[in-house]
Amino acid sequence: MKYAFFPGCSLESTAWDLDKSARAVCKALEIELIDIPGWSCCGSTPAHVSNASLATALPAMNLQKAADMGMPITTVCASCYGRLRVANQKINDSDEERERVGRIIGKPYDGKVEVHHLLDVIVNKLGSEAVADKVERKLSGMKVACYYGCLLSRPPEAVAFDNPEHPSVMEKLVAMTGAEAIEWPYKTECCGASLSISNSDVVGRLSHRLLSMVRRAGAECVVVACPLCQVNLDLRQADATAAHGKLPETPILYFTQLLGLALGLPEEELGLEALMVSAAPLLSMV
Amino acid sequence: MEETLTCKNTKLLSEVERRSGTKVSRCFQCHKCSTGCPVAPDMDYMSSQVMRLIILGQEEELLKSKAIWLCASCEACTTRCPMDIDITGVMDVLRMMAIERKVAEPDARSKEFNKAFLTSVRWHGRVFEAGMMAIYKLRSKDFFTDMDKVPKMLSKRKLALWPHFSRVAGEIRKVFKRAEEEEKKR
Ligand code: SF4
Ligand code: SF4
Repeated sequence: MKYAFFPGCSLESTAWDLDKSARAVCKALEIELIDIPGWSCCGSTPAHVSNASLATALPAMNLQKAADMGMPITTVCASCYGRLRVANQKINDSDEERERVGRIIGKPYDGKVEVHHLLDVIVNKLGSEAVADKVERKLSGMKVACYYGCLLSRPPEAVAFDNPEHPSVMEKLVAMTGAEAIEWPYKTECCGASLSISNSDVVGRLSHRLLSMVRRAGAECVVVACPLCQVNLDLRQADATAAHGKLPETPILYFTQLLGLALGLPEEELGLEALMVSAAPLLSMV
Repeated sequence: MEETLTCKNTKLLSEVERRSGTKVSRCFQCHKCSTGCPVAPDMDYMSSQVMRLIILGQEEELLKSKAIWLCASCEACTTRCPMDIDITGVMDVLRMMAIERKVAEPDARSKEFNKAFLTSVRWHGRVFEAGMMAIYKLRSKDFFTDMDKVPKMLSKRKLALWPHFSRVAGEIRKVFKRAEEEEKKR
């Protein structure tokens, strides 16, 4: 399997551990990732709330490069994934939009490059049998809450590879590792996403609400597939519990880190030391 | 006599519907969008009220509201609306209108964040977080929030001190320019 890899800006800073663990896991699973040469920012939320033309053109620059590579794209960031898919949808739905984007990026792009989140690639394209063969360490006894947040399953017409209100792809991935995915009601509730920096008080309230439900449902850690969800639940966890009530410390792992552990990859290759809330106490028990 | 709210002024409704490509007039006030909105408790107008105010032509009230800057673009409302209204897209259009007409709520910190983010992308082709934060802090004058996180983030290598330039940074600046020109034509 070969994919054009779109890392996205977060993977060069706050989510370097996601970058490292995604590459390590793909190597172990024989998924070849080729970085899109000269990739640039997808524009994320700030572009689509500010300028509709820019919001489609920025992802299209990268989509067009992948078209030249002749490969489908995979990405690990829920926001990049959503912006790339929404741009494709807009370009496919309207000739006017396609022509406008062509004028802005200076090259024609037809909206036809496939975009998959790496979760989808591992669970649905590679499949559980292929992964099961490579699992070396069953994470038995670990109770995990799968958290999708908003952008992995919404808006459904553009992005969903799963049921938008009750997705289960991450639960399938957790099952591959031998850990137990608990049922909980807030898995597609928003963490405040891009309000993280400007309205951290709102994000603190939302993160606390999510974390207390995680604990009430009996999970000891959370698995995420989005750099913003990770920051809002991990980096802001101490502030959230200080402001809204004490909770046991809850490690927030990327799906690639959890899978990497099950594949027997060394912790250094998974960037576990980057977590603000350490996963060490939890891992010493499995 | 007290001014009564009527639907006589449909200018706002037609502009929002044209720019968002969605039919706000279909809203029958079921409030499903507001019920699932994560920031409804923080908003001055909840999303269903925003839809109603558009229909009633209350442009000033809406463009000056805090609500449009608190929306996190989580798409829960759009996903759930039984009348297939793209509420998230409507929020985008209202923010753009507020900026174009220079009436945005002065304390809208998310507006400053969006600006800082896009400035960083325009310069580097990618987001350079430390630089973006500096611009954001200067613009929002919110100097202290999160400064306590910096040492920890540095020690975890979560805050890059030097920008990563995209190889196509020059091209990106042209793309920004052309996108701004195209946007004016809409
Ligand atoms: S969910 Fe749709 S129809 Fe119901 S109040 Fe909101 S916008 Fe109106
Ligand atoms: S997109 Fe905005 S208005 Fe809609 S539910 Fe999310 S935060 Fe609320």
